[in-house]
Amino acid sequence: MKFKEKNSIPNREVMCKVLLKEGKENRDITVLTSDSRGSAKLADFAEALPDQLVEVGISEQNIVSIAAGMAHSGKRSFAVSPAAFLSMRSIEQVKVDVAYSDTNVKLVGISGGVAYGQLGMSHHSLQDLAVTRAIPNLQVMMPADRFETEKMFEALCHSDQPAYIRIGRNPVEDTYDSTDYDFEIGKAVTLKDGNDITIIASGETVRPALDTAERLEKEGITARVINMHTIKPLDREVIIKAAEETKAIISVEEHSIYGGLGGAIAETLSDQHSVPHKIVGIADEPAITGNSQEVFKHYGLHPDYLTKVAKNLLGK
Amino acid sequence: MDKTVKTLEIKAIEVRKSIMEIIEYGQSGHTGSDMSCTDILTTLYFQVMNNIDPNTPDNPDRDRYIQSKGHAAEALWAVLAEKGFFPKEELKTFYSFGSRLIGHPNNKVEGIEMNTGSLGHGLSLSVGIALAAKKDNKSYHTYTLMGDGELAEGSVWEGAMAAAHYKLDNLTAVIDRNGLQITGKSEEVMGVDPLKEKFEAFGWQVIEIDDGNSIEQLLTSFNTAHEKGKPKMIIAHTTKGRGLSFAENQINWHHKVATEEEFTGAMKSFDNQLEVLNNEI
Repeated sequence: MKFKEKNSIPNREVMCKVLLKEGKENRDITVLTSDSRGSAKLADFAEALPDQLVEVGISEQNIVSIAAGMAHSGKRSFAVSPAAFLSMRSIEQVKVDVAYSDTNVKLVGISGGVAYGQLGMSHHSLQDLAVTRAIPNLQVMMPADRFETEKMFEALCHSDQPAYIRIGRNPVEDTYDSTDYDFEIGKAVTLKDGNDITIIASGETVRPALDTAERLEKEGITARVINMHTIKPLDREVIIKAAEETKAIISVEEHSIYGGLGGAIAETLSDQHSVPHKIVGIADEPAITGNSQEVFKHYGLHPDYLTKVAKNLLGK
Repeated sequence: MDKTVKTLEIKAIEVRKSIMEIIEYGQSGHTGSDMSCTDILTTLYFQVMNNIDPNTPDNPDRDRYIQSKGHAAEALWAVLAEKGFFPKEELKTFYSFGSRLIGHPNNKVEGIEMNTGSLGHGLSLSVGIALAAKKDNKSYHTYTLMGDGELAEGSVWEGAMAAAHYKLDNLTAVIDRNGLQITGKSEEVMGVDPLKEKFEAFGWQVIEIDDGNSIEQLLTSFNTAHEKGKPKMIIAHTTKGRGLSFAENQINWHHKVATEEEFTGAMKSFDNQLEVLNNEI
């Protein structure tokens, strides 16, 4: 949390580093790409472990089925393809060949959310969490920064369960200052404690959530910040605890306001607890185009707006 | 050869009788599709495929079978029960609440490799399995059965491209070319001819047989040497509803259950055929 240096390493580069290291130790680790090795920063992997890389060309249905077939034959498949296509065009293959057949496939959606912000709705993946988390037997997660990417992919290399992982394209500001912390799939991390309000974030919105907490602190409001890196299985305990111990919850996500992190939290709260909850995310419209920062700011995934929301919720 | 063929022909009739019973138990099923591919399945499971043994269902060297036309599940249940993967008694649970024996292949049942049911997945799954075999220097062979109606799915052609690209000569696909699908004649619903030329253009070795319900022709096509570096496609011209006089080539028998009278008549006819074949052997 004590970052300050501006990070220049994108999460996908860290992913490649981990896959390369783990891939040398376990030759069953197989990476599949759909003409996406460059955008996935997997060129080093392809060069070092060519037998463990399968190129399927631009065919996102194929990449998932082939990954599933290989996993059925003992491989640990990582199908890496732009999130917008992997989570939509291939979703039936994800449902049937991966989740239903229970194959050890990790679906890595790269350049997720609005990472391709200027390219328009075809290249935005803002419904992927809603779609994937509704599928049984499929974990869903997003790393907050490069350190969490490393921890997450190390865990994924040793996990036998199907999962969808969304990562962005550009370097993100650090949330952590090292990998020296405990990471567990399905277990949220409370990055900052506080008793007035809770902000729950995931992926690239974790850093703005922390920045919001810092601002609020200056105004005498203590905000708890939870990094919900795993959307499914959801750490319900930490949400219920926040509902009991703080006065309101804000969720903030690079995803449609429908069906993503906010939706998952609301489902938990409506089941268990009543507390004011504001979902901050991308409005239900073809998202405005621009770079990530611009789009984030436009939809309020930014400390300026989040601070206001927090104060409103607390009546301040 | 002759004795092998006759033995398999007997087996195929027994499988057909079992299919009729399964559909009778469940009061539902794809009768026409099942009968169409019965001889293909019988030839594969009782002669062609290696190391298929209910005592060692996870044998790493077993040949793999993926049924892309998942709706013909009753035929597969009949064959797997006949092979001893589960007691024949369990066939009575077909379609009942909570049963493992559902209307599509289900990997909760030993002997089923992967779940299918959504059309157009099987070929790409098989590409993955065959590719893994190549990478691991394993000698097992992968077989896939597709319907001709499902060839309208674009994913089939993604798989076809990849199989040739990766030179998967350890993969054999069979098209159950019965020419009918739920709406009508396949060529009228969405034409796929010239099929042989299409797959050849995609880089496949293609064998076309004019009677895909002939065990002899099927055996010959499976036994034809694989061209090195090419996946093999067998286009089997079959008859939908084969073996049922009232259902053969009838579009409305895609998914239909026999009446009591039809059922009794069909079983009697199968028994007569069995008697003739048993006398010949």
